[in-house]
Parts: sequence; structure tokens; C-alpha cells
Amino acid sequence: MTDIANVPGGPQRASTTDLVAASLKRRHRKQQRLQWIGMGAISIAFLMLFILVSSLVSTGWQAFTQTHVTFDVYVDPEEIPEDRLPRGGFDDALAASLGKMLPGVDMSDRKTARAVEGILSNGAQFELRDRVVADPGLIGRTIQMTVPVSDPFDQLNKGLIARDTPEENRRVTNTEIQWFDDLQDAGAISKPFNWALFTNADSRFPELAGLKGALVGSFWALLTCFLIAFPLGIGSAIYLEEFAPKNKLSDFIEVNINNLAAVPSVVFGLLALAVFIGWFGLPRSAPFVGGLTLALMTMPTIIIATRAALKAVPPSIREAALGLGASKQQVVFQHVLPLAMPGVLTGTIIGLAQALGETAPLLLIGMNAFITSAASSPFDSATALPTQIFIWADSPERGFVSRTSAAILVLLGFLVMMNMVAIYLRQKFERKW
Amino acid sequence: MNDMSTIERGAKLSETKVSARGVNVHYGDTHAIKDVNVDISNNNVTAFIGPSGCGKSTFLRCLNRMNDTIDICRVDGAIQLDGQDIYDKRVDPVQLRARVGMVFQKPNPFPKSIYDNVAYGPKIHGLAKSKSDMDDIVERALRRGAIWDEVKDRLHSTGTGLSGGQQQRLCIARAVATEPEVLLMDEPCSALDPIATAQVEELIDELRENFTVVIVTHSMQQAARVSQKTAFFHLGELVEFGETGQIFTKPEDPRTESYITGRIG
Repeated sequence: MTDIANVPGGPQRASTTDLVAASLKRRHRKQQRLQWIGMGAISIAFLMLFILVSSLVSTGWQAFTQTHVTFDVYVDPEEIPEDRLPRGGFDDALAASLGKMLPGVDMSDRKTARAVEGILSNGAQFELRDRVVADPGLIGRTIQMTVPVSDPFDQLNKGLIARDTPEENRRVTNTEIQWFDDLQDAGAISKPFNWALFTNADSRFPELAGLKGALVGSFWALLTCFLIAFPLGIGSAIYLEEFAPKNKLSDFIEVNINNLAAVPSVVFGLLALAVFIGWFGLPRSAPFVGGLTLALMTMPTIIIATRAALKAVPPSIREAALGLGASKQQVVFQHVLPLAMPGVLTGTIIGLAQALGETAPLLLIGMNAFITSAASSPFDSATALPTQIFIWADSPERGFVSRTSAAILVLLGFLVMMNMVAIYLRQKFERKW
Repeated sequence: MNDMSTIERGAKLSETKVSARGVNVHYGDTHAIKDVNVDISNNNVTAFIGPSGCGKSTFLRCLNRMNDTIDICRVDGAIQLDGQDIYDKRVDPVQLRARVGMVFQKPNPFPKSIYDNVAYGPKIHGLAKSKSDMDDIVERALRRGAIWDEVKDRLHSTGTGLSGGQQQRLCIARAVATEPEVLLMDEPCSALDPIATAQVEELIDELRENFTVVIVTHSMQQAARVSQKTAFFHLGELVEFGETGQIFTKPEDPRTESYITGRIG
């Protein structure tokens, strides 16, 4: 190598070497700097993500458990006579039985009885009612029940209410704290996993509120969105990319599809409100309408991703098929589209993940209604995950603070899952040529 | 270059399969092919030679209307296959391409199994009546492509996993599987090593028995080795067309002579 400098005509070569050597340091420094900037950018992105997730987890984890109280309930025939079922004083029967567990409580005092009843969630009486209606033989007997406590006591148990706050500023009185401690000492208090978060629909009471309605609503909306946007999006992309003549009109359409992808989602919501609900008279708050709206938003994403994927298929494959006498349609559907599928699916799933998190258009078509049962069809009223988060974030009860974070974590969980499916599909169908 | 055996081998005097009269091709404003007349005879190998960008590949792609897929390409003049104008409105390019097969410069097997690669053409044209019929077609095509022995035990492994030379022979097998009458080859050996090239050349010579072969090549030695007739293109014009032996030993046009002696190109 070093001999090169000594061959005839060497001086010029040597100077080139020197020049290169002189510039090497600067070039390496530049490269090093670029690497540092890149690593810095990624670190900042990860830090932000970490802050987001950790703040959500730190407030949201409490919502994944729910304080319950277990006690013996005397199904008092005086309060719950069999001939009046399903009516009856279920709340009074529960309060009376709970009162027996609290030493020195005078249940004949109406105010005290009310306060004791307030320990239990409002849903407890309905749980008892359902059990008694299902088996009227329980009347007159004593049964053991585990029911959620009301939100203030749940907060107290989770340490979210500081006991040293002056009583007048606290949501629970000193007496109530005493009662709770008595129940705790009696071993009646437990804090199991909060299944209600996934099996209950929305409720006014935080301890009863769950995401089932929102999950079902989001499912129907996304299904509708997928069934409409996927075939239409792929169809348009194939036509535009493979069959449409390249002229001013197709350029105009391309520009407009790109614009459509950038239209703010709230505009799509207004459009849906005017067209789907105003003109077509489709029901308000229905996931079907939500799905139609989301499909409008997802379609440009799918079209753009599909066109890019079709473009990326090597021309040699098209030529090979054409050269064998395949028709244009056979070339597209038997060769190009299968090879483009990983890109198409990735684009579709990213589009759907975007749709899953979309809030504004759903607010405009009324999917932020207060609905306490899960939709059984896409035409029933429902909420969706992001709108449920919106509703909960807007609710004054303390218990909804942690539930909002928990709902966001559930939504993020679904998004991560969808993106993982996208990555899996891309790797599974990726072919080399 | 000095392979005299081509003279002795001679060209079969047989009827014209493809005839081109006054063919002009424009790519937008570029005049790529200028008034080309050529007669390609049956059961012969015709070679198109010439420097890069002289239009030989463009002309080849006119013969099975592959240029139709390029929007800005315009073809004028008459090209007849067995006396029928292939640019006639009544001729479907799909049917034409079933009769005029093509092998490309870069091996381009489909990312499917070897079997499916070969069976694809017969399948879309409905040439096989049953599964065993298709098996026969695939085996015959792979034998003609001189690759059967290498792949018979792994017909269902992917075609893109073969070596470059094997891939090209697979592509030739795929092209002959549809039983075309004419086989167009666009620099079929340019991506291959000398051993694979020799195999493919041997194959081309065998294919002459059943097909009319037109081959575009950069290698004059290859043209001399495999072809009976040679056409020399220069700057979009057909400079000289004649028997291979004559072109390489007694070229009539000074441009042909300068090209084969290495002065232009």
C-alpha cells in the first residue's frame, strides 16, 4: 500500500493521500456528531414515552383493583316480602346486616343508618335483588355477600384520602373512618382485581363503571370501518396504480386523496353528522355510523399505503407474467397484489389503529352519550374507547381519575397489540425476489 | 468472433415466421427505431447485435407487443406473424404473447415454487386438462429447459432459491411450457457466469428444433455461436441483416465491420 506513493508520478498521489488523511478527521467527526444527534433524538422520544406511560400507570394502576366488603346478609322477610318481588327494601336489608358488624352503631337512627348504607356501593342492592329474584328461597335466610364499597371508602382504602386532612375538608367523616377500620379489623375488607372494569358498562358510580360498553362499541365501529375501508381502499388503489391512465385527472385525484388524508378528523365528524344522520337518517350514537365516519378517514391511509406497496413490486415480476400471456387483471391479482400484501396489511392496521384512537368525529355523532349497557348490534347506542375516556375525564368523582388513566392504558394496550399484529404480518408475508 | 463453424452449420432455408416492414418506434420525442425491415425465418436462431442503446431490445419487445405497457411508446409499421399483422386491432396481445414467449435479461422467476412457476402459463391458458396432465407439461418444459435433473427432487421449493443460471433456465422452461411458436430472448446470459452461459447457449441450440428463436445479445461471440442469422443494429437502424457466417466474415457495411472488429460499440 505504501509503495503507491513511490511509483513514478508519485507526488500527486502522495498529495491526494495527504488531503484525504487531512479531511478524514473532519469527516469522522461529522459522522460521529450525526450519530450522537440520532441517539439523542431517540432517547428524548423514549423519555417522553416513558413519562407518559409511567404517569398513566402511577394514577391508573389503582383502578385495576376495587375494594370489596364481605359480610353476612340476613334477607329479612319484613323488608323483602316474597309477594312484592322484584321490589323490596334490599338497601335497608343490606344496611341492617352491615350495621351489625359495626360495634356501637344505633341503626334505629335514620341518619346513622343512611351513613352505614353509604359504605356500600349503590350497585350492592341490585346484586342482592338479582340473587333473591333468582332464588326466592333465600328469603328469611342469611347469605354471605361480597360487594364493592362506594367510591369514598375505596379511595380511603387505597390511601388516596389522607386521614390527617381536617374533617370538614375530607369526603369521609371520622366516624366513617372508624367504621371502615372496624370492618378492616374484622377481616371483611378485600381488594381483588377489578373485573368490573371490563365486564360492566358505564355507570354514574365509579366503583361500578366499566369499559365493556366502550370496548363493544369500538369493536363494532372498527369492524364496520374495516369492512368498508379495506375493500374500497384497496380497490381504488389498484385502479389508480395499475389501470388508470396517467393524465391530469389522475394527478388531480392523487392530490386530493393525499389532501383527504390530512383533513382534520373533526371535519369528517361534521360531514357524518350532516350526511349519515341528517340525510340518511341513521341512528345517533350508533357504532355503525361511527364506523362509516372512521372509514372515511381510514380510506386515504389505506389507499396511500396500498399504492406505495404496489409500486414497490419489482417490474420484472409484471413483465414475467405479461410475457407469459397473462392479462393485466391476472398480473395484478395473481402476482402484484399478493407481493404487495404485507405493505397493504401494515397500512390497513396502522389506519385502523389510528381509527381506534380517533375521538373528535365520534363526539360529533353522539358516541359520547351516557349508556349503561353494551351494544348488542352496530345500530344500538354505544360509546367507544376514546370517547369513554373523554366522558370519564370529564366526570367530577374522584374514582374516575384513576379509571380514566386505566382506560387510556387499555386503549394503548390495544394499539400496541394492533401494531404487533402489523409487524407480525409484515414479517410473515415478506418475500424475497 | 472467428468461429467459422457457423458457416458450415449454415442457416436452414425455411419460410418466414415473423416479418417486419417499415417499423418505427418513438419513445415520446425520441426516435428509437428507424424504418426497420427484417424477416425472421422458422426454426432458426436469429441474433440481434449492436452497441448499447441501439434499439435491439426495443425492437425485440415490439415482436410480442411488450411495448404496449409503456404509455409513451408508439409503434408504427407492419409486423406480421405467419402473415397476420400483430398490431391489428383484432389481435389480443394476451393471445399474441401466448404464441410469442419471452425470456428477460435478468432471471425473474415468480416468488413461488418451481412447479408453480412453470405451471403458471399453462394454467392461465387452460392447457392442462388434469393434474397429471399438468405434471407432464411441467416435466417436459423443465427437461427442455435442461434443468429437470437439478430440480426434480425439489419441485415445490421456491424458484427464487436457485442459482442465477438455474433461475434463467427455469425462466426458459417457464416460457416454453406454454408451447409458443416464437421465443424472444433479451440478453438471456448477461447476468450469468461463463458456465451457466454455456449451458443456456447449448439449450438455445436445442430449442431451435421446435421454436423460432430471436436473441438479443451484447456478445458477438455468443451471436456467432448460437445463431444462423444475425441483424446488426446501430443508432436505431438495421444496418445489416444476413447469415451469421457472412456477417462475421464478409460484412457488407463498413459500420458492421467496425463494430465486429471492435472499433465502435
